[in-house]
Amino acid sequence: MAITVRIPTPLQRLTNGQGEVQCDGKTVAELLGDLERRHPGVKERICDETGKLRRFVNVFVNEEDIRFMQGDQTAIKDGDEVSIIPAIAGGAS
Amino acid sequence: MGLSQDQVRRYGRQLLLPEFGVRGQERLLRASALLIGMGGLGSPAALYLAAAGVGRLGLLDSEPVEAGNLHRQVLHDTQAIGRSKVDSAQARLRALNPAIEVVALRERLEASNALRVLESYDLVLDGSDNMPTRYLANDACVLLGKPLVHGAAIRLQGQVLTILPRRSACLRCVFPEPPQAGELPSCQAEGVLGSVTGLIGALMAHEALKLLGGFGTPLADRLLTFDGIASGWREVPVRRDPQCAVCGDHVQTSDIRRIVHAAAAV
Ligand SMILES: [Zn+2]
Repeated sequence: MAITVRIPTPLQRLTNGQGEVQCDGKTVAELLGDLERRHPGVKERICDETGKLRRFVNVFVNEEDIRFMQGDQTAIKDGDEVSIIPAIAGGAS
Repeated sequence: MGLSQDQVRRYGRQLLLPEFGVRGQERLLRASALLIGMGGLGSPAALYLAAAGVGRLGLLDSEPVEAGNLHRQVLHDTQAIGRSKVDSAQARLRALNPAIEVVALRERLEASNALRVLESYDLVLDGSDNMPTRYLANDACVLLGKPLVHGAAIRLQGQVLTILPRRSACLRCVFPEPPQAGELPSCQAEGVLGSVTGLIGALMAHEALKLLGGFGTPLADRLLTFDGIASGWREVPVRRDPQCAVCGDHVQTSDIRRIVHAAAAV
């Protein structure tokens, strides 16, 4: 068992086209570290230089926004599902 | 009010729906919607709203049609290149349904005009192409208490969220601060497929038809995302943040008015 991470469409280029990958960690921060080890380049799209989550990216653990839990210190365990959802600007012109 | 024979003939297939019926149709004919952006999302959305008989449609866009728009902006045809998008759209929608009113607004949504432009419509659909406009539309709709259907698409993905001001999560509840210019990729730089904007735009129209027609459950407090690589839909629950800068519990009307005006600086 591991933790399932759902990768948003634009970042799937960095995960060999996979929409879901398996990672490990006891917290969201650890998980993102593991994600970066397995798929280099992903983390910088999710976090800024200081390692803080970018403000237009939301992370959900089992469908709960981590902003309403303990942020990147939110505890996770095997079998959990983590979704990464970025804002999208695109539309008209 | 009752429907005319022409109306029964035109709208017959949707009148048959028990959820919608004559009551839903009468509501639509009396309703109005403003579409921000006559592009990849606004095109399909406007076509479906006009075809369904929404009584008054406002179209807001300041740009002309370009050849590079045509693969996804299905309202406009090749001959419309160079013409203003709202004029091209107005002509197409009037031809589709001459019985409805179509208002062409050749301007951008700005802090200085947002409240005036949105005020006279029952509902707003945001299919714009940039974050300052999206946050401005969000903030103005919260201030005015107008339901807002938010849709976005880029590359092979899209998102839709319906916002019921002060009752469900608004854009700022989900993404508290707008990204800086250039922080998010644009369709101009990254590309987008017309079928993806078509799906998202049609879903935006569907949300509007539900709210205006008075049936179904709005896509509120659920951010629906489309992944065009595997062709899958997923939703994540979102919720109103009591601390939200515009729809939070302790926010005053004057605060939102200030935020709307500050948006002009972006
Ligand atoms: Zn809010």
